[in-house]
Amino acid sequence: MNCRSEVLEVSVEGRQVEEALLAVLHTVLLHRSTGKFHYKKEGTYSIGTVGIQDVDCDFIDFTYVRVSSEELDRALRKAVGEFKDALRNSGGDGLGQMSLEFYQKKKSRWPFSDECIPWEVWTVKVHVVALATEQERQICREKVGEKLCEKIINIVEVMNRHEYLPKMPTQSEVDNVFDTGLPDVQPYLYKISFQITDALGASVTTTVRRLIKDTLAL
Amino acid sequence: METDLSSQDRKDLDKFIKFFALKTVQVIVQARLGEKICTRSSSSPTGSDWFNLAIKDIPEVTHEAKKALSGQLPAVGRSMCVEISLKTSEGDSMELEIWCLEMNERCDKEIKVSYTVYNRLSLLLKSLLAITRVTPAYRLSRKQGHEYVILYRIYFGEVQLNGLGEGFQTVRVGTVGTPVGTISLSCAYRINLAFMSTRQFERTPPIMGIIIDHFVDRPYPSSSPMHPCNYRTAGEEVGVTYPSVEDSQEVCTTSFSTSPPSQLSSSRLSYQPAVLGLGSADLAYPIVFTAGLNATHPHQLMVPGKEGGVPFTPNQPAHGAQADQERLMTHTPSDGIHCAATPTSSEDTETVSNSSEGRASPHDVLETVFARKVGAFVNKPMNQVNPPESPGTTSPLHGSLHSDGSSGASSGNNHDDFVMIDFKPAFSKDDILPMDLGTFYREFQNPPQLSSLSIDIGAQSMAEDLDSLPEKLAVHEKNVREFDAFVETLQ
Repeated sequence: MNCRSEVLEVSVEGRQVEEALLAVLHTVLLHRSTGKFHYKKEGTYSIGTVGIQDVDCDFIDFTYVRVSSEELDRALRKAVGEFKDALRNSGGDGLGQMSLEFYQKKKSRWPFSDECIPWEVWTVKVHVVALATEQERQICREKVGEKLCEKIINIVEVMNRHEYLPKMPTQSEVDNVFDTGLPDVQPYLYKISFQITDALGASVTTTVRRLIKDTLAL
Repeated sequence: METDLSSQDRKDLDKFIKFFALKTVQVIVQARLGEKICTRSSSSPTGSDWFNLAIKDIPEVTHEAKKALSGQLPAVGRSMCVEISLKTSEGDSMELEIWCLEMNERCDKEIKVSYTVYNRLSLLLKSLLAITRVTPAYRLSRKQGHEYVILYRIYFGEVQLNGLGEGFQTVRVGTVGTPVGTISLSCAYRINLAFMSTRQFERTPPIMGIIIDHFVDRPYPSSSPMHPCNYRTAGEEVGVTYPSVEDSQEVCTTSFSTSPPSQLSSSRLSYQPAVLGLGSADLAYPIVFTAGLNATHPHQLMVPGKEGGVPFTPNQPAHGAQADQERLMTHTPSDGIHCAATPTSSEDTETVSNSSEGRASPHDVLETVFARKVGAFVNKPMNQVNPPESPGTTSPLHGSLHSDGSSGASSGNNHDDFVMIDFKPAFSKDDILPMDLGTFYREFQNPPQLSSLSIDIGAQSMAEDLDSLPEKLAVHEKNVREFDAFVETLQ
């Protein structure tokens, strides 16, 4: 099947990078998380409940909704923090992108390792701008807030198309589709990675690929 | 068409749609309460959370929604609408958003009800959660309290978008196809946030501003009243008890199957009481009206409850009638105020309830009785309530708002290249001829000679002084009594 790819672009000030990224990533994961599955006999399962909470941004006039899962939040913050540090240290034009990829694992026969087949990738391109005056920063707060509103609407639009989603797995297959490692929610298996790009758009020096959750690695 | 759907599926579908509608209303109203929402995830299914989402059920909201639906479901031509509007303390109100849950005729026969439709409805609710934070009314609702409140109204039937002003925008939250039609959820929101004042010129402005803290609502018969998106814990509401929603028939789908559909496990659906705090008690926050604000309508923002009690406003179809209603409503508090300098609650209650009962309103307008608990005074300039004035003349009640407004308006005018600044330095000789620093400094450096120090004059006056001494002494002796009296006063 083809992997669906969505690209969002944001232009933010340095201190807004984390919040903008968290807003987008959390909104996507809100839609791509379910409650924990509990399998019973006869192939039936029940689904736990997903809590939600509002998060106010400190540097942007914006509030987003995320699932109530501290572990998930921590994982995202860690990834976004690393991206922000890499962006800062790169010393370039402040261009980078972060990717949230949803994948399915496909078991292969021995001796081959499992394949990870992505079915949806969200890429957020970040452009960091430097502002001089307080007034500009204030305007930036509001503008970025409005832009994020548009991004959320875009995300919801994509989600609403009801395109391919992995089939609900049986108990034995659930780890190939969902990340079952969290105690309270169950997102689809995902990976976060980022790249710092220079002005030419080519991926340069730092290409860091990090696996946030790796259940089976041969 | 409907024979394709099994009766069990049909029943399930109707149930899903019904609870989806109720949850939609809860999400929308809760998003306009002015507070951050936080619910917990639960890994073990409790069976009471529809669509696997932890969305609290506020009993009043459910009650209103059920009343509006009256046992029907959204269908073609019969949409469920939640109207969000803003109401200032002076009675101006403005529709901000209309959320519509509609059904159209496009059916998806192939779709599985108990599984796909349910999950897609869950996804749609999540999208609704995200979108409700994104429309302009969200930020307004987070700042409600003193100057304005956010009200909601649920109605069923045809969508009425007239009150949203020109150029309103629409955002689609999502659609879910079902075997009986496609459910569609969207929001139409106002862009132009300039106040449309329904006030007439002959209206008497209140002499003093009033902060109205609490309005207690009483049950009333009505078609579709406005409700505040603020709420209090059940203990505070006097005389308002909503029937607890007990639906022994309603079960929440919690069990799914990866194999062909099996029995659904049933659990009791229970509504939790709203144990949520009061709306944020922001103190005198100005409304942030972005572009589109008409600068000739400076605000006229008074402060109704800082803690969430809000007047129930009957919503009427005709603007004229609404203006009358609002006028009456704001008159009654001021009548109460004229009676006493510090209003006691009982006195005001009496006054207010008398006057409001007096306005028994036509047909679908409900009769609200206000019982004011606390009133306080705020000094308010007389001219604040008048029709359009220039931004500079209105003296600020809450300084921040008006200075923002007026500076915003005036900054646009002061873009001349050079502005003549007339200043009067402290060291200038006189007010008529202000001099600059350089001139002053030069003069200071070269002062004229003291007259008594010039020699020729001094020599002559010495002799004259000696001669005139006896005369001077005589004069002083004559005035000795005056001198004594003066010395007395000093002691």
